Amino acid sequence: MSKLRIFLGSDFVYRFKKDKVAVVSFSIVILLVLSAVFAPAIAPYDPYDLKSIDIMDSELPPSWNEEEGDDRFFLGTDPQGRDMLSTILYGMRISLLIGFFAVILQLFIGVSIGLISGYVGGRVDAFFMRLADIQLSLSTLMVAIIALAVFQASFGSELYSELAIFMLILVIGIAEWPQYARTVRASVLAEKHKEYVDAARVIGMSQKRIMLRHILPNTLSPVLVISTIQVANAIISEAALSFLGLGMPVNKPSLGSLISSGFEFIFSGSWWITVIPSLVLIALILSINLLGDWLRDALNPKLYKD
Amino acid sequence: MALLEVNKLEVQFPLGRKTLQAIHGISFALEEGERLGIVGESGAGKSVAAFSILNLLSKPGRISAGEVVFEGQVISEFSRAQMRHIRGNRISMIFQDPMMTLNPVLTIGTQMSECLKTHRNISNSEAREISISKLRDVMIPSPENRMDSYPHELSGGMRQRVVIAIALLSDPSIIIADEPTTALDVTIQAEIMALMLELCKNNNVGLVLITHDLAVVSQVTERIIVMYAGRIVEEGLTHDVITNPKHPYTRGLIKALPQENLPGTRLNQIRGSMPALDAIPAGCSFNPRCDFADGECHKDVPALVGSETHRAACVHIDRIPAFQNAGDAK
Amino acid sequence: MDYLYFAIRRLLQAVLVMFVISLIGFSIQDNLGDPLRELVGQSVSESERDALRDRMGLNDPFLTQYGRFMYKAVQGDLGNSYFFKKPALEVIAAKFPATLELVIGASLLIIFFAIPLGVYCAINPKGWFSKFIMGFSIVGISVPVFLTAIFSIYVFSVELGWMPSFGRGETSGILGWQSGFLTVDGLVHLVLPSISLASIMMPLFIRLIRSEMMEILQLDYIRFAWAKGLMPARVWFLHAFKNTLLPVITVGGVQIGTMLAYTILTESVFQWPGMGFLFLEAVNRVDTPLIIAYIIVVGLIFVVTNTVVDLVYTWVNPTVKLVGSK
Repeated sequence: MSKLRIFLGSDFVYRFKKDKVAVVSFSIVILLVLSAVFAPAIAPYDPYDLKSIDIMDSELPPSWNEEEGDDRFFLGTDPQGRDMLSTILYGMRISLLIGFFAVILQLFIGVSIGLISGYVGGRVDAFFMRLADIQLSLSTLMVAIIALAVFQASFGSELYSELAIFMLILVIGIAEWPQYARTVRASVLAEKHKEYVDAARVIGMSQKRIMLRHILPNTLSPVLVISTIQVANAIISEAALSFLGLGMPVNKPSLGSLISSGFEFIFSGSWWITVIPSLVLIALILSINLLGDWLRDALNPKLYKD
Repeated sequence: MALLEVNKLEVQFPLGRKTLQAIHGISFALEEGERLGIVGESGAGKSVAAFSILNLLSKPGRISAGEVVFEGQVISEFSRAQMRHIRGNRISMIFQDPMMTLNPVLTIGTQMSECLKTHRNISNSEAREISISKLRDVMIPSPENRMDSYPHELSGGMRQRVVIAIALLSDPSIIIADEPTTALDVTIQAEIMALMLELCKNNNVGLVLITHDLAVVSQVTERIIVMYAGRIVEEGLTHDVITNPKHPYTRGLIKALPQENLPGTRLNQIRGSMPALDAIPAGCSFNPRCDFADGECHKDVPALVGSETHRAACVHIDRIPAFQNAGDAK
Repeated sequence: MDYLYFAIRRLLQAVLVMFVISLIGFSIQDNLGDPLRELVGQSVSESERDALRDRMGLNDPFLTQYGRFMYKAVQGDLGNSYFFKKPALEVIAAKFPATLELVIGASLLIIFFAIPLGVYCAINPKGWFSKFIMGFSIVGISVPVFLTAIFSIYVFSVELGWMPSFGRGETSGILGWQSGFLTVDGLVHLVLPSISLASIMMPLFIRLIRSEMMEILQLDYIRFAWAKGLMPARVWFLHAFKNTLLPVITVGGVQIGTMLAYTILTESVFQWPGMGFLFLEAVNRVDTPLIIAYIIVVGLIFVVTNTVVDLVYTWVNPTVKLVGSK
């Protein structure tokens, strides 16, 4: 309890409260995350339940359109007759899920490699850093597109659509470890020769314990800043991949696949199928990015730079 | 009238909610061709004082009161365009770290001739001629070849010679040198200092030398200012100040010199450390570290007392026993 | 000599990466679909199939097959596209100009806008225009490329009807190159796709240039330049900008590769007849030789641009430490 009080009274919280942009973007992120988490409770319909969908309801505009709108569907319906609001909530749930777990995976791989690389040094370090260089020089999105395209072609689209969520997490997760690894490695190198680490070694602490208990906590703030931005990037990547038809299938859409399936309808005037999920996606990414920007300024960690 | 006068100068750094004051009203003057040393520990405000002369304070620092008068003109109120004609032309600067002072992607020649061409209406070949002759003055071997070198191809000592050559380019009347030898090897320090002394004497250039090294100031300068926590605590002729320091802080500095200590004895350090800018004690700011401090020292900021040639800011100046250095005691 | 040594090392590394990419390409071919199915119908008996396999060398050891693949690949033979019934490389080469022109269009936009805006924001970090640009840029990096593309189509093509929404429009050929740069119609078609493609890189570069330059403006050699009394323009554009450019070139080289990935998205939205669009079609048709050819071509573009940027950077930057020399 007292720790919480110390945190709430800290300079960090004071600066947060004074920054309107930070407060607003934080609120939006919380609001969107909560509504995604509680989507099954909030959403008026279950978009996965085929029985509740009536094709006769397809392409209805939002309910504020007085002539054609239907009061049952606040944000209108998509070409299959699904309620847009429900579909968006469930779609955001998937987008956030993929973004979150992909970043957890990046974090795990990157931090492990960074710790090992920095602590062991020598050839191991040289190998991993060279690998990181090469990985960074290839674009993540390109690698992800190619990997998923090949998977899709070899699995067939039906099996693929079932595995899509795992493939997306895996591909986005594996492709972006270098930034974590470099940052963690840099701080390991900086901390490694400090007196307290020597002292810990002298009193006989194991290498593993020194790394986990003493060095790792020092990397907390850069890792937090990177992670915030990376969640936004992972959501963008997921949306892009789904938009290309390499991600989530139409019957279990993320925001990206929702936008993709609605895209052709903007030519016939059914703008809401694409525009509304797009706006939600932008609001989500923008507020995460703004929060990440603020965090970086506030914590001012030493991020890895070339 | 002196060539350069600094009158009651104050410098502030507004930082968010609070404003830090780095300089609390300092005044000094420099005559033509005179060499003045400003000494003190790091954080005393001596570099800030030096940079404020040319209004080159790093952001968000600003001169909040007082003035800088050069050749009778109040240059602290000059516009940027007017100031440009002073900088690098009438008053030059030499920075601390020669590794950082020269632009890594421009050749020595470019960095020299651009300075000349900014201040004088001359051709490229004339600028090159003058640059080469200045490089020769600072004893750089084969200066013609060096013109096309990049800074990283030169050693630290060579780079500082180049910086000195740049400072001399347009025959300024004052050079401000901010710790010009601190970043160099000990053996090279003496060479560079000797070179600067010689060049200033020969060309009748005034020198403001900022340093924490009392040995250097005593060899090069004619007058000394000792700064502590943004104030002048003692000033006077170099010889007088070094041999008979009045302020306890100056005494501490001199006693701390290695040559003042007998072999095998402890170094005489001044206890404690310089206060942070936002925690300067009331009264005499040296009082927490002073052996002679009493209640009176906590009241008011002491004024400089003494003669024109030697004065100090200490209320107990008469009470403090005469200075004896270790060498005399032997 | 140091530079030569560095260049050779760098080229060897490029060859190594290309080797890995070819290995990946080959193993995809090995695992993706049965080439026999494409060649012969269902009616052929199992023994005949086996004989055919033997004759085509499909039963040879992995290394032999890979050797054959490489032998053909270095001669520019990456197999025939199943769908187009033409050499895969030829099919891709025909689409290359469209993608390249798109990349050029976007790059020009980035260079002409990002550099002045980034420099301006670095020089006047507190001005309202800088704040506006910075705010705008964070919105820019938060809007995925395909959404910029979709919104620009929705606004400028569907609602306003000012701009074409798909394709390259009229192209004219010179020296066998079908270019959209030479006709008004071609240029008009290029506008929205180029803007969309530039939309994510532009804010990235503005922010990069700004932060690099702001950092450099704090350095001692810039203060020394001011102390020399130089004109502001000279301090900013020569002393500071020249140093800013070096890290920007490095990032730029990497971003060329990323841009190629974004061409897939842009081309998909605008139905731009380039390599990316072709690749997506190939994926849908499981046109394995075309997929592999695309991977190898893209890999080659990545490796070549990265190598060239590294070599140029080292050449231009007088202070760069030549890693590995001495």
